[in-house]
Amino acid sequence: MELKDLIDTRGEWMRGEGPDADIVISSRIRLARNLAQFPFLTRADDSVRSEIERTLHRHVVDLSLGGQISYFDINQLEGIDRQFLVERQLISRELAESHGSRGVCFTRRENVSLMVNEEDHLRIQVLHCGFELDECWQEISRIDDLLEERVTYAFDEELGYLTACPTNVGTGIRVSVLMHLPALVLTKEIQKVFQALQKISLAVRGLFGEGSQAMGDFYQISNQITLGNSEEQLLRKIKDVVPNIISYERKVRQALIKESRQALHDKVSRAYGTLKSAQSISSEETMHLLSSVRMGVNLGLIDDLEIPTVNDLFMHTQPAHLQKMRKTSLDSADRNAARASYLRQRLALPQDRTDA
Amino acid sequence: MKCNRCSKMATHHITELVKSEPHEVHLCEECFANFMQQPGGSELTSGGGGGLIKTSSGLGESELEALEKLVCPTCKITYREFRSQGRLGCAHCYTAFRDELLPLLENIHGDTHHCGKFPKRAPDDSQKRYQLIKLRNDLRLAIAEESYEEAARLRDQIHGLEHGTSADAPSRDTAE
Repeated sequence: MELKDLIDTRGEWMRGEGPDADIVISSRIRLARNLAQFPFLTRADDSVRSEIERTLHRHVVDLSLGGQISYFDINQLEGIDRQFLVERQLISRELAESHGSRGVCFTRRENVSLMVNEEDHLRIQVLHCGFELDECWQEISRIDDLLEERVTYAFDEELGYLTACPTNVGTGIRVSVLMHLPALVLTKEIQKVFQALQKISLAVRGLFGEGSQAMGDFYQISNQITLGNSEEQLLRKIKDVVPNIISYERKVRQALIKESRQALHDKVSRAYGTLKSAQSISSEETMHLLSSVRMGVNLGLIDDLEIPTVNDLFMHTQPAHLQKMRKTSLDSADRNAARASYLRQRLALPQDRTDA
Repeated sequence: MKCNRCSKMATHHITELVKSEPHEVHLCEECFANFMQQPGGSELTSGGGGGLIKTSSGLGESELEALEKLVCPTCKITYREFRSQGRLGCAHCYTAFRDELLPLLENIHGDTHHCGKFPKRAPDDSQKRYQLIKLRNDLRLAIAEESYEEAARLRDQIHGLEHGTSADAPSRDTAE
């Protein structure tokens, strides 16, 4: 498989289905693991890095991960392709931007990815659509077991799985749920959510994880601690709190509908109208407007658009996706025009579509 | 949690080393910005987990020398290097710097004992020790939740495992 083939497909986690998929976009678990016989990457020179990469490359492509898999040598990829994989949520920004031997293995369905030589030797990620953490855990734990039959992990009886950064030691797990919370943002109730989460030591991050801005009203809720709780306990903590946030968001949406239906309908329709007719539009504005449209579809204020289409638009209007679709590199102004053109085409009524 | 310098909500939680002792500082957005601009203040990475454990440069010469002398025999990273970059050099660092790391881990995680998954290939006695850690943690939680029947069951299991008599003892596959 080549990267360009992904342009026409959709990661399984973007189907817009699954439990509470109107608000929970995806559930994700990642595990940090290191090989016992090598130093961590901070103390690995080029030859050691390459050896780690070769070792893990050999093993990960041999695992039965469910369906077709691909392995990419990140060092050999062009910048645009690395950015494409970041937008796709298949690799982290850190892996895209670092240096030396490193790679990623992922399934065609895009629900499993294994990053080699990120901050740790190995980062395993499983991604599901909707609110499905137990299924993610079963799957990732199975993959972890399969790998452990082949390699020896750095492990300490008292401290658990040893990681380069002590903030990940123990379980090495990060459990996160990507939520779309436009009504809580609109009413500024979101601050209360942040404060409550902070008290129980859960972290809130933007769409692309650590250090990223919240775009399009998307927030990732995840565990901060990794030591002293079992994986199940950490999972339970997130599983207990997320339903409260879901019902809070739903309650505020219903209150908005009840008390200011007209204003909300107006906001949603204007967003939809702009996306359908703009001639030049930035990535930020697109995210912002698509967020309103997504809520509008979920509330029945827009009836000629499906959630999977909206999810596609979020993905395909990002810079690297646009350029891969156009098969050329575009500067910012050209991207804004290309984005607007793509949106007009995808959102045109069936009878208006020239490509139908 | 409130900011240590004003009454706003603290959004940044920093652990600084003062005379080799970790000290927690909790700051709001605004005070954090001021804190970062102070000469000789902490060098923290942006938002990363590593930021939690980076050290301040406000240490005396003797402390710095002491940190410099603390070296992991396996990968030769000094404790000072670790504190300035936030990443350890190898698995053995966790043993070499154990005394220094434990208070740090306590600070970050509120705990210093792993009680999650562990490699199936670990030796039998490790399996048992691990199982005991896990059971004791479950027991602590059961008591906190006032689930006394569960607590009693766990206590029996722990006792059984310690004396090698329990039917509930783990029988993990360690043939590999």
